[in-house]
Amino acid sequence: MTSTGIGAPVRRKEDFRFITGKGQYTDDINRQGQAYAYFLRSPHAHATIKSIDASAAKAKPGVLAVLTGDDLAADKIGGLICGWMIHNKDGSPMKAGAHPALAQGKVRYVGDHVAVVIAEDYSTAKDAAEAIVVDYGVLPAVVDMNAATGKGATVVHDIAPDNRVYDWHLGDKAATDAAFARAKHVTKLDLVNNRLVPNAMEPRAAIGDYDAGNDAFTLYTTSQNPHVARLVLSAFIGIAPEHKLRVIAPDVGGGFGSKIFIYAEETVCVWAAKKVGRPVKWTAERTEAFLSDAHGRDHITHAEMALDDKGKILGLRVKTKANLGAYLSTFSSCVPTYLYAPLLSGQYDIPAIYCEVEGVYTTTAPVDAYRGAGRPEATFVIERMIEVAARETGTDPAAFRKKNFIRKFPHQTPVIMAYDAGDYVASLEKALDMADYKGFGKRRRDSARAGKLRGIGFSAYIEACGIAPSAAVGSLGAGVGLWESAEIRVNPVGTVEVLTGSHSHGQGHETTFAQLVSARLGIDIDQVAVVHGDTDKVQFGMGTYGSRSGAVGMSAISKALDKVIAKGKKVAAYAMEASEGDIEFKDGRFSVAGTDKSLAFGEVALQAYIAHKFSGQELEPGLKEGAFYDPTNFTFPSGVHICEVEVDPETGVTTIAKWTAVDDFGNVINPMIVEGQVHGGIAQGVGQALLEGARYDSSGQLVTASYMDYCMPRADDLPSFSIGTTVTPCPSNPLGIKGCGEAGAIAAPPAVINAITDALGHEDVTMPATPQVVWQAAQKTLRKQAAE
Amino acid sequence: MANITLTVNGKSVSASVDSRTLLVSFLRDHLRLTGTHVGCDTSQCGACVVHVDGRAVKSCTMLAVQADGSSVVTIEGLASAGGDLHPMQAAFREHHGLQCGFCTPGMIMTAVDMVNRKGSALDEATIRHELEGNICRCTGYHNIVKAVEAGAAAMAGGAQKVAAE
Repeated sequence: MTSTGIGAPVRRKEDFRFITGKGQYTDDINRQGQAYAYFLRSPHAHATIKSIDASAAKAKPGVLAVLTGDDLAADKIGGLICGWMIHNKDGSPMKAGAHPALAQGKVRYVGDHVAVVIAEDYSTAKDAAEAIVVDYGVLPAVVDMNAATGKGATVVHDIAPDNRVYDWHLGDKAATDAAFARAKHVTKLDLVNNRLVPNAMEPRAAIGDYDAGNDAFTLYTTSQNPHVARLVLSAFIGIAPEHKLRVIAPDVGGGFGSKIFIYAEETVCVWAAKKVGRPVKWTAERTEAFLSDAHGRDHITHAEMALDDKGKILGLRVKTKANLGAYLSTFSSCVPTYLYAPLLSGQYDIPAIYCEVEGVYTTTAPVDAYRGAGRPEATFVIERMIEVAARETGTDPAAFRKKNFIRKFPHQTPVIMAYDAGDYVASLEKALDMADYKGFGKRRRDSARAGKLRGIGFSAYIEACGIAPSAAVGSLGAGVGLWESAEIRVNPVGTVEVLTGSHSHGQGHETTFAQLVSARLGIDIDQVAVVHGDTDKVQFGMGTYGSRSGAVGMSAISKALDKVIAKGKKVAAYAMEASEGDIEFKDGRFSVAGTDKSLAFGEVALQAYIAHKFSGQELEPGLKEGAFYDPTNFTFPSGVHICEVEVDPETGVTTIAKWTAVDDFGNVINPMIVEGQVHGGIAQGVGQALLEGARYDSSGQLVTASYMDYCMPRADDLPSFSIGTTVTPCPSNPLGIKGCGEAGAIAAPPAVINAITDALGHEDVTMPATPQVVWQAAQKTLRKQAAE
Repeated sequence: MANITLTVNGKSVSASVDSRTLLVSFLRDHLRLTGTHVGCDTSQCGACVVHVDGRAVKSCTMLAVQADGSSVVTIEGLASAGGDLHPMQAAFREHHGLQCGFCTPGMIMTAVDMVNRKGSALDEATIRHELEGNICRCTGYHNIVKAVEAGAAAMAGGAQKVAAE
C-alpha cells in the first residue's frame, strides 16, 4: 500500500477550500440580477384556504410577484411525488394524497406552503408576506397516530378517509403463529421510536435561473442527488424537459437523507424564475428547516419474540404504526416498509418473522428517510427485544446473542434478505475485549459506592446498504433504478477526471474516489479530479444515500477503469508494435511481456489522442470510458456497539462513560474517513436516545422549532469513541466494500437504552431519555431497591 | 441607512448599510466573504463566529453598525498573507476535524479564540465545554476535539500529532 493507496488514511483533498472559507455552498452563489423568495407558510396545522388577498403585498415597492397554488395550477405544474409504490395486504395500491408545491384549497401542517413572495431583496419579500391576507377555515389537527386512525378523526386527505396510507405486511404469518404456539417463553415490548429533525447544518437553499434565449433552466440546489431532482422536476412536475434543465448541487453542507427529496421550494424557485424573468434565490431560515424539512423515524411498535426452552429464538412478531406526516415525501413510503421489516432478522437466525405496518397521515411535516432510514427503527426493535429476552431468561446478553447468531453464509432470512458474508462472533468478541466487559462488575460496584447506577448495553446491528439490484427493487415498488454511473476521462497528458453520479456532502468522495483511481492507474492522486453534482457534466446518476457511494458508486468507477485499461492496452500494443495479448499493465506502466519495452500511463494516453500509430479504422482515438454498475445484491455491514453509562438517580443525568464500536464494513478505502463516519453516526444515534425529539402540541404547532427548543448533541454531551473493525470482504461487488455511513446512527440508540435500562433494572425508559425521563424512571428503581 | 467604517481582514471598508443589517449579512452579501455561514439565526450553532477586536462573536447576533470602528477577522483572514494556513486550520485537516465543512469556519474561529483565552494546554473536558456554542452534525466532535488540542499545541509552537486517531 502506498501513502495514498487503498487502505491509506489520506488527508482529504476537499478540505483546503473548507478550512479557508472558500467552499461554494448554494447560498454562497449569487446570480446577476437575482431576486429573493420568501414563503408564506401556514400557521395552522389543518385548514381550508377560503381566499388569499395579495393585493397589498403586490403593491409594496420592490415586490416583483406573489404567486399561489392557483398560479401553479394555471401553468399546469404538477405536484410533488412519492417515488415508491407500496401495496396493501389486499394488493390494492397505497393512498397518495395530492401534494402541490403551493397549497391548493387546503393546508395540512404548520409550515405548509401557502404563497411565495418574490422581491428585490429578502427583507422586502419577508415584510411583504405579512401583508398577504389569507382567510383560513380552521379544521381540527391530528398529531397522534392512534387518534388519526381512530373513529371520528379529522381527515387529512379525502382519498384516505381513515388516514391510513397503507396497511402492509411482510413475512409468513402462519409460520410465525406456529412458532409462538410452541414457545416456552414470549418476550413482549412496546416501543416508541421518537421523531427527529435531521438538521444538516447547512439549511436547504435553491436558486432558479432561466435563460430566455435558449428556453433553458438552471437550478442550484442543496441536493444529495441532483439527477433525481432533474428527473422528477422534468418528468413528473413538468417544469422543463430534462435537456432544458440543468441541476447543480455544489458544496452541500450535510444531508443525512433530508436533501434527497424534491421539495416545494426548489420547484417554485425554478418555475418562478421564468415567471418573473429574474433568477430567484431562497435560503431556509433554521425554523423553516424545522417546519418543512422531512422529519425522520416516528414509529410506535408492539413486538413479541418467541423462545424455546434453550433460549433459541423461534419467531418474531412486529406490529408498527409509522407516521408519514401530512403528505408522502419522495421516498417516505418505502422507509417503514421495505427499508424496515427486511432488517428485523438482525444478526440472528430467526426461522419465522411476521411484520405488519400501517402508514398514517397526520397534520405534521412529512416524514421520510433520515440517516439509516428504517434500519435504525428495525435495529431498535430487535436489539431491545434481544436484550430484554436475555434479561427475562437470566442469560448474559452477549451469550444470548452468540447463541442466536447466524453463523453460516449465505443466509436467507424469512424477510427477503440474503446475507452474503459476515462474522458476527468475531465483532462481538473484539468489542467485549475492547470494552473490558469482564471488568464491568467492578466498575458497577465502584459507581454504586458513589451513589450512581452503572449499566452496560449492547447493540449488534445489521444494515442493508447499496439498495439494489434495480430489477429487484423495481419489483418491490421502486420508481427508479438503483445503479450508479461513472465516466473516466483521461486527458492527453495523462491526468484523469472522474465523473460520478454519486454526490459528496461530507463523505470525502474527492479523496476516496481519487485513491481508487490513483491506485488502479498507478498515477499520483493529485493527477485525479473527481467531478460530481452537475447534470451538465455528469450524464446521469442516482446520488448518495443509504451508504451506497462506496459499494455502488466506486464499483461503477472500478468497472469504467477496467475499460480504460483494456483500451490502453490496445493503444500500447500499436505504439510498441506488439500483440495486444502481450501487453501487461502494472504500477502505471504498459509493458510488452518478456521485453524491456514499456510506456507510462500518460505516454499511452498521449498516443491515444495523437493517434499516429494506428488508423481510425483499427481503433478509435481518445481514452474515455463509462460504466453503469447495477449490483447483484444489497451489502450487509454489521457490527457490535457497547455503551456503558452512569446514571445519577438524584438528577437523572446519564453520562456515557465509554463507547466501543467494532464494525465490519468489508474492505476499507480510507480508514480515517470511515472512522469519521462512524463517529458522526454514533453522535446522531446518541442524540436520538438522549436528547432529540420533535414535539407537536395537540393543535399541531411544532414546539421544538429552533435550537433553543430542540436539543442537538453538543461536544460535551458526548465522549470520545473507541473504534475497531473486523473485515469480511463483501462478495457482491468488485471492491469488497459494504458501506459505513449509517452504521453509528443505526447501532447507537438501542445500545444507549439497553445500558440505561440495565442501570435502572427495569424497561420503562422512552427516547429521548432526558434527565427528566431518567429521573422519573430512577425513582421506580430506588423504590424497588428500598423494598428489597 | 447608516454609514460604517471598519477593518475586515486587515483592509479598511466603508459602506452604507440598512440599520437592521446583521454583521454576518454585511460580511456575506456586501463583502462577499461567504466563508462565514448562517446555520441557525438564533446564536446557537456558531457557524457564523468571527473575531471582533480580538474576541469571538456570533456575527448573526451583532448588527453591522455595532461593528463600526472595529477590526473584524473572518475565516478568510486567518491564513497568512502568503497563504500559509493558520496552525488551527492545518490541524483541522490533519485530524479530519471536518466533513461537510459548513460548521468548520465557525469551529476554527472559536478554537483560535479558545486558545487565546485559555492558553495552549487544553484538556479534552475544557475543549468540549468551550465548544458548547458550536454545533457540528457530521463529526460527532471526536476529531474536532483532537484537532483543537493539536492546533492549540501548534499555536504554542509545539509539534502536532501526526495521525488522526
